[in-house]
Amino acid sequence: MSFLNNVITGVSLGSIYAIIALGYTMVYGIAKMLNFAHGDVIMVGAYVCFFVMSGAAGLSPQAAVLASVGAVLLAAVVCTALGIVIERLAYKPLRSAPSLAVLITAIGVSYLLQNSAQLLWGADTKTFRPIVEGSLVLIPGQLSISYVAVLSIVCCVVVMAALTAFTGGTKLGKAMRACSEDKAAAQLMGIDVNATISMTFAIGSALAALAGVLMCSAYPVLSPTTGSLPGIRAFTAAVFGGIGSVPGALLGGILLGVIETFAKAYISTDLSDAVVFAVLIIVLLVKPAGLMGRYVPEKV
Amino acid sequence: MKKINKNSLNGFINYGIVIAAFAVIQLLLGMGRLSNSLQSLLVPACCYIVMAVSLNLTVGILGELSLGHGGFMSLGAFSGITASILLQGAIPMAPARLAASMAVGAVFGALGGVIVGVPVLRLQGDYLAIVTLAFGQIIQNIIMVLYVGVDSRGIHLAASKERFDLAADGTAIIKGPMGAVGVTKLASFTAGFVLIMITLLVVQNLVNSRSGRAIMALRDNRIAAESVGINTTKYKLMAFVTSAALAGAAGALWGLNYSSTVASKFNFNTSILVLVFVVLGGLGSIRGSIIAAALLYILPETLRAWDIAEYRMLIYAIILILVMLATNNERLKILVGRVIPKRKGAAGNG
Repeated sequence: MSFLNNVITGVSLGSIYAIIALGYTMVYGIAKMLNFAHGDVIMVGAYVCFFVMSGAAGLSPQAAVLASVGAVLLAAVVCTALGIVIERLAYKPLRSAPSLAVLITAIGVSYLLQNSAQLLWGADTKTFRPIVEGSLVLIPGQLSISYVAVLSIVCCVVVMAALTAFTGGTKLGKAMRACSEDKAAAQLMGIDVNATISMTFAIGSALAALAGVLMCSAYPVLSPTTGSLPGIRAFTAAVFGGIGSVPGALLGGILLGVIETFAKAYISTDLSDAVVFAVLIIVLLVKPAGLMGRYVPEKV
Repeated sequence: MKKINKNSLNGFINYGIVIAAFAVIQLLLGMGRLSNSLQSLLVPACCYIVMAVSLNLTVGILGELSLGHGGFMSLGAFSGITASILLQGAIPMAPARLAASMAVGAVFGALGGVIVGVPVLRLQGDYLAIVTLAFGQIIQNIIMVLYVGVDSRGIHLAASKERFDLAADGTAIIKGPMGAVGVTKLASFTAGFVLIMITLLVVQNLVNSRSGRAIMALRDNRIAAESVGINTTKYKLMAFVTSAALAGAAGALWGLNYSSTVASKFNFNTSILVLVFVVLGGLGSIRGSIIAAALLYILPETLRAWDIAEYRMLIYAIILILVMLATNNERLKILVGRVIPKRKGAAGNG
């Protein structure tokens, strides 16, 4: 039973990683930049949700459900706006700059968000009130799934399906794919490249907000640096699955979550990070473009 | 001929700057003009300068992004601390023991460089970056659970507290999550200065040698370099391992500057901090790295003393973003170009 329990924990954690990794992978695919500030957008989303949920404490059950939904939506709206603002102010002027300059700017934005959060909301760790409580008992006393875990997995599947439909079927989604293939050609075809990139950031940030809320509901602590380590892990997941690939992010995220949980359960709690990153290195050595990434040979 | 002279002149200017800075600081120290808090920043600043120059070798000269430079520093720090305690009996003289410990740190850094470098340098661009990041995390994680001690029966290594059977007379050197404790502080500003000079000597001679030109050729165009017979793996590894060894020595100096050191000191943020020094100083510019590391390490620390202490990281972040935006602004570049006529063959591009 403990094995099944671990699988469930791993998959639900992996679903959260996958949602974060989607944000990384989409931004990387289109803007070819490592957005290190993504993890901090997660943190901002979690804080927004935290304040709404604390304000809603003590409401009737029906109102509490409404408050939860409202908290998630508000977090998504705030993060979307934040993502667009960051992109406009910090990344857009650097479109033609060397990639390292963009990377350092992203790190600057990450510091900025962390320190602003610390000044605004304090450096102390806050206890997050989960958006859903309780758990689903499958076998009494032995196997149960928390509703947060169920919600994470459902969200992940819905987000994946929606994104696949969006990038595959809609005009905007096709524009996104065109931009990630070849920006100059996309522009010649009449696609507004700048608007498309802004939209990608907006979607990625909204997903970050969702992931932040889910993550803090599952692991209810919140501080200004909450987002950075999951951000790095999710970035690893994106690379693991093949950065730039949407199904790759899902696969990478879930695998990472499962490996992390199993390493914690069967090897050592303290060494779980080392195991996760060692697996990443081995995968990259065997498949240099990640599990589902396309290997593009260099043309001379 | 002319170009080579110019390069070595550049190198001499760098030595000159470091020697002059050392002399001025020694003078200020002698006159008692430096506050205690500033004095305590001198050795770490030296470490960061060495870190920045060595990372510049990987990022600026070799052209591969590394996000795990802190990992090599960590290897150097903990191996250096261990060596300093083990060698306590063999080498009683403190400066000699410090030098030996730094050498051990450099060897462990280099070993780490080889272990990461051999398989990983086949990867390119951002994939290499993520693997170096992963390496840094692995090192940090392993040292967090590592127990090292020495007693009359020899050296003990263990991966958990339960398996760590040290005799009662033994000394624990590294204690898992608590890191290394009870370290005798051997580091001095002079040692830091000597390490910077050695680093400059190694890096500048490498860059201006035949190998250095091969490394830069790989950076500028790998395929063209390979087609004229440059051995990619050999030269990439040469730059990477040299850089890792220097980081290891800097780590040993850092570790021996404090009575206790924890593994989380050398985390992702440390690697990023050094990368910021390198990029702001100018990719490929050794002098830029030295100046950026010294200024950017000391400035935020001195801001602590002011009223704006709590805003200092916020200010740092905003300055970082603004500098990146300003240096990459096309209009500004054109404006600057009009005011200052372009120098021919100017070194560095930062």
